[in-house]
Amino acid sequence: MTKQMTEKIWFTICGLFAAMTIGALLLLLYWIVSNGAHVLSWTFITDTPRKNMTEGGIWPAIVGTFYVASLTILISVPVGIGAAIYLNEYAKQGPVVQIIRMSIRNLAGVPSIVYGLFGLAIFASMLKLGTGLITAAITLAIMVLPWVITSTEEALKAVPTSFREGGLALGATKWQTIRQLVLPSAIPGMATGSILGLARAAGETAPIILTGAAYFLPVLPASIQDNFMALPYHLYILATQHAQSSVVRPIAYGTALVLILMVVLLNLSAILLRNHFRKKNELL
Amino acid sequence: MALHAEKTRDDTQMDELKLVTKEKLTQKSFKSNILDFMIEKAFFIFGMMAIFILFLLLFFLVREGSGAIREVGLMEFLTGTRWYPSSPQGAGYGALPFIISSFMVTTGALLIAIPWGIFTAIYIAEIAPKRIREVLKPVVEVLAIFPSVVLGFIALVILSPIIANTFNLSNGLTAFTASVILSVMVLPTVISISEDSIKSVPKDYREAAYALGASKWETIKMIVVPAAKSGIVAGIMLGFGRAVGETMTVLMAAGNAIDMPLREFFGVVIPDFFTSVRTLTANIAIEGSDVAWGSLHYSALFVTALILFAITFVVNLIADLLISRQRRKLQND
Repeated sequence: MTKQMTEKIWFTICGLFAAMTIGALLLLLYWIVSNGAHVLSWTFITDTPRKNMTEGGIWPAIVGTFYVASLTILISVPVGIGAAIYLNEYAKQGPVVQIIRMSIRNLAGVPSIVYGLFGLAIFASMLKLGTGLITAAITLAIMVLPWVITSTEEALKAVPTSFREGGLALGATKWQTIRQLVLPSAIPGMATGSILGLARAAGETAPIILTGAAYFLPVLPASIQDNFMALPYHLYILATQHAQSSVVRPIAYGTALVLILMVVLLNLSAILLRNHFRKKNELL
Repeated sequence: MALHAEKTRDDTQMDELKLVTKEKLTQKSFKSNILDFMIEKAFFIFGMMAIFILFLLLFFLVREGSGAIREVGLMEFLTGTRWYPSSPQGAGYGALPFIISSFMVTTGALLIAIPWGIFTAIYIAEIAPKRIREVLKPVVEVLAIFPSVVLGFIALVILSPIIANTFNLSNGLTAFTASVILSVMVLPTVISISEDSIKSVPKDYREAAYALGASKWETIKMIVVPAAKSGIVAGIMLGFGRAVGETMTVLMAAGNAIDMPLREFFGVVIPDFFTSVRTLTANIAIEGSDVAWGSLHYSALFVTALILFAITFVVNLIADLLISRQRRKLQND
């Protein structure tokens, strides 16, 4: 076999695996869309579940997901930005920073269900918050924190050093430079990271099983300590815990489709936002 | 020399001016210096947050789990094969079936995801035309945030009947089913870390190989991939950590039976992939939501979480060391 032929064969193999990756995503989307599209309607989205979830819509689950994901971001983004500013702007390379970075990477690898148990022990049980929106949101916020820190740091790194030098040379203090020059130009990048964090929090199930998601709750949560319905948990319940799982199958597909749409749209908008500002920055 | 020693009137004036300005500046900036100092310290606290949370996590897992460790013994958890927390006579807290199941499902997933992920990463980093690469990258990103519960749902309603039919099983919810769906879950991790690692191999390596007459594939196979090896292995380790910690897909796809997933095969005990298994993560999700807080059973769940934490901690640490080794190696060359 000639060199060229061997190369061609191997390139084809690589290409096939790459095609399989695209194929897998398309297949997943096809299964959900083809089975869920006919369930989707305005009433399905805006109605509450009825008759033990065999009829009606998923509005409380959509709102619950929105609440818990927004609360999560509200808690994790300020902390994440603070940590990223320290790491990128203030910290000097050394053992302390190395240990911080190691901790961040390790936290990112902790299984989500372990965070759930941790949230249960510290917030629900010890701090007496009980299970509900706030406990679930703090738990999720801790879970997405490593991820928010990393993406914020990337946004800060993308700001040219000359911005900082310019600010300092004009006599501004370090904080003035960061606040007035570095942060404004890092905002698009940080927004992208936050949207992706939102998508991640919205799709997460395991921690909220333990910290406050409700099996069936047709009313919207009135306070942050109330239990809530959430799309991913609702899907899990419909698929595995419901007595008439074949009857509710279409609703389960519809729920999966709404969840996918939500996460994919968030992800796409983040990618578009990032590309938009990347192009803008290149022009600078 | 004389020229320098003798200051002109202008110079003296200039010096005075400098002195005054300096004084004014220090007066003005004294206040903002204190402010700046305090702000820096505040950010330092935010920076230390990750270490603090990691310690808090470990502290609470140990604190809540210590009751069960004292009463049951850590060895019973690691080697016992009976898990019957609520049985009034002779409750058992052996987590070995869960540990074996977790490793089985994870290994199965990696056996699929490693070739798939590495070849795809090679394709994206080295072979793909720009346009195809621009399609592939978002595909990987979307796969990376695909909600695990949806993957679990697909495994439950679509994959498991197919697998039951193909292998003639009465129940399609098996370790194998979980492995297949989990491979999709860890694929993005393997791809993106491997791709980063392949890309970080300097151009000179490739150019040197071409100059010696190597073809593009020979260069990839003999130069680029070996140079990126530690990073690729790190990607696999992180994929392992992801898979072993994944809950929803496994919970919905693996069937959740609590027996030992082993069978005899010509006198040798081997893991049985076509049987229903329950992993460490799935067990916490199943039992954690309705366990009485503070009970022995509750405490026992924290011990299994601690085992899980220990596994992912070690795996992540190894991945970390591998990535920094690769970075150092490529910098030195």
